[in-house]
Amino acid sequence: MTAGATEPDSWLERLPLIARDLVTGRLPGPWRWIAESLIAIAVVFAVFGLLFAFLTLAERKVLGRIQNRPGPNRAGWGGILQPFADGIKMLTKEDIVPRTADPVLHFLAPVALVCFSLLSLAVIPYGRHLAPLDLDSGVLYFFAAGASSELAVFMAGWAGRNKYSLLAAMRALAQLISYELPLLLSLVPVVMLAGTLSPSGIVAAQSGWSAGFIPHWHILTPWGFAGFAIFMVAALAEANRSPFDLPEAESELIAGHLTEYSGFKYALFFMAEYFAMCALSGMAVTLFLGGWHAPAAALQFIPSYAWFAIKILVLLLGFIWIRATLPRLRIDQLMRLAWKFLLPLALINLLTAAFWHLSAGWGAGAQPLRWGLGLAFVAIPFFIIGRRLSSGLGPRTYRYAAP
Amino acid sequence: MLGTGIFKGLAVTAKNFAGSFHDPARFVTTQYPEERTVLPENYRNFPFLVTEDDKDPMGTLRCVACQICEKECPPQCIYIEKSRDKKPDAAGKMQLYPAVFDIDVSVCMSCQICVEVCPFDAIKMDHEFEIATSNRFQPLLLDRGQLAKSNGYFRQIHPTEAAEVDARLAAGRKAAEEKAAAAAKPPPPARQEVQTKPATERPDPPAGGITTEA
Amino acid sequence: MNVVPLILGIVILASAGTALSLQNIVRSVLLLVLSWFGIAAFYLWAGAEFAAFAQALVYGGAVSMVVLFAVLLTRRGHLDTAVPPPPPGRLLGALLAGGAVAGVIAATVIRTPFASSSDEIPVLAVRRLGTLLMGPHAAALLVTGVLLTAALLGAVVIAAGAKDDKEGAP
Repeated sequence: MTAGATEPDSWLERLPLIARDLVTGRLPGPWRWIAESLIAIAVVFAVFGLLFAFLTLAERKVLGRIQNRPGPNRAGWGGILQPFADGIKMLTKEDIVPRTADPVLHFLAPVALVCFSLLSLAVIPYGRHLAPLDLDSGVLYFFAAGASSELAVFMAGWAGRNKYSLLAAMRALAQLISYELPLLLSLVPVVMLAGTLSPSGIVAAQSGWSAGFIPHWHILTPWGFAGFAIFMVAALAEANRSPFDLPEAESELIAGHLTEYSGFKYALFFMAEYFAMCALSGMAVTLFLGGWHAPAAALQFIPSYAWFAIKILVLLLGFIWIRATLPRLRIDQLMRLAWKFLLPLALINLLTAAFWHLSAGWGAGAQPLRWGLGLAFVAIPFFIIGRRLSSGLGPRTYRYAAP
Repeated sequence: MLGTGIFKGLAVTAKNFAGSFHDPARFVTTQYPEERTVLPENYRNFPFLVTEDDKDPMGTLRCVACQICEKECPPQCIYIEKSRDKKPDAAGKMQLYPAVFDIDVSVCMSCQICVEVCPFDAIKMDHEFEIATSNRFQPLLLDRGQLAKSNGYFRQIHPTEAAEVDARLAAGRKAAEEKAAAAAKPPPPARQEVQTKPATERPDPPAGGITTEA
Repeated sequence: MNVVPLILGIVILASAGTALSLQNIVRSVLLLVLSWFGIAAFYLWAGAEFAAFAQALVYGGAVSMVVLFAVLLTRRGHLDTAVPPPPPGRLLGALLAGGAVAGVIAATVIRTPFASSSDEIPVLAVRRLGTLLMGPHAAALLVTGVLLTAALLGAVVIAAGAKDDKEGAP
């Protein structure tokens, strides 16, 4: 865990550290390090496990409210025990392994998927002193863990010995690989401008406020705004979330690569998907939304982990909102969006960020010009490429039969 | 502009979300079983037998065991056994009555054909749908005691239809009474020049002994 | 702490060896991927974090996909049909080629003057890596960058240029 901070530290901020030291204070040297790591792992499991449980409930209730209905409200006061009811149901379901399936791969796939999703949660700085692992190239580690989870998707599709789920797994892989590129390219400007691959360093680069209430978050710059938008769209696709949930939609090859799974393994796949969603939201907060920094200097009395929690919850609710609103994309529309729209925009965003970096020394009088040029670099390619890609499509015209 | 459609869609869903907390038009769920919807009058589920009097349900069934509904029922879920004796009906005529009238509601398909063909308005469709049982055989075979419900209940669930049926039956009874009264009057005096044959019309059965119940 | 590289070496070599000997080609690919992850773990043990994560990202995340797609898209029929044992001439050729490569690598390793186990292991920060890449090794970086960019732009051009007649139709 990172030690020390340059900003003023309140006891609320140090509270998790104090709690941890209460437990491990007595232990000598290397045992202490092991105990601290184990506590960090346990806390991450517990927090994200509970977040997963209540996120499934929140999703169902928010989706319900958007669709003019209440969502699950029978299990416990207002439905709050629904995730536990679902968990018990999943645990007691029969675990069916097809007779011709590959048993090793069938078992390993969900395990590997959850494993890699959990690994990626380790480098996100959750608070001023709360990064479980502070790696020098933490961002690279995060995306290495995320990319390795694609293997588990393939294993899941292959293990069933079912040509439809194999096809669906290959479609899912194609989606995942295609969206890796805009995802990674959209964060290269962040690394460029923060000068470090370490998440804590990136968060530190977004510290400070202009005039006390305008934070220096990356999203509040032209290239950061575009980068954030591209990152969120690519994150939706990486987590197989609607509108990119083609691999697991019920109408698509039954359930895609999840067809042959039932019971707890199915629950593990869902857990992995939600963990991936939480991890990507956490990384988006770290890279673009200032991590655990408060939005105004006066609001710093609220501890940093609370700000991180608020921001990540806003992003997760945004994911749910988008799921409730947008129809699903077809596989060719999905691929077209990645390769012909997001990738060129991400590349152009690199140029915008380079321009922003090189013009950092411009004086106060040239700031409007800097902002104007930055916004132009972001908006003009968006319009041009968008117009060219949607040229054949437009509002539908209907021709009715003659009365 | 590219993307405006998405934002408009997001605004619509946000309005739905916010409205679902205070606007009943945006929260249309009836939380059954705490709340129940009011069933429309034409709702039909399973049949029931109409009785005129609650205090003697078996004695005042409108059904005369003509067995038309049993023959017309498509899945043949009605079983009727006629009685051996006759009882006077509401208009005074001696009629048979059903000694056994069973409907197997696990077979009944709620087609309402039995109601449409009944000449005596004796069988009508009920609104009751919470009749699930834990045993799918005996408890779902309803006998005439379970099927008999009063005309007051019928008026309550099907007001317009009951009003029409009651009016028609009352008119029919009134016409029958007038006919009986006209038959009971002495025949008008025959004219001297034309010797008419004595009245050959048979008198109607005596009205005494039968009370008309409304 | 010599146990760790020993274990890692065993894992890497064993999984690669098993991958070569299995009949089921998908399982051999997955074992090969395991050996690549083993190499990444080795880099991590050696202190080269950046190389380890780059190895995991590139090999585990991308090259494995390429291999799997190539295997699945070019094969028809059952994927674990037994292949006939190779003729002895091929075996001899393989031993010679493998032996030659192993000999060259071994000779290079033996003749390189490694610093003896000093008490200070230099921590390679990413910043220093970046400065080195941009400075003394800039030429190699530029060539690799140009190659990769050309490949990427070519892919984009092919994707954008492929005008199928169903483009844009519902």
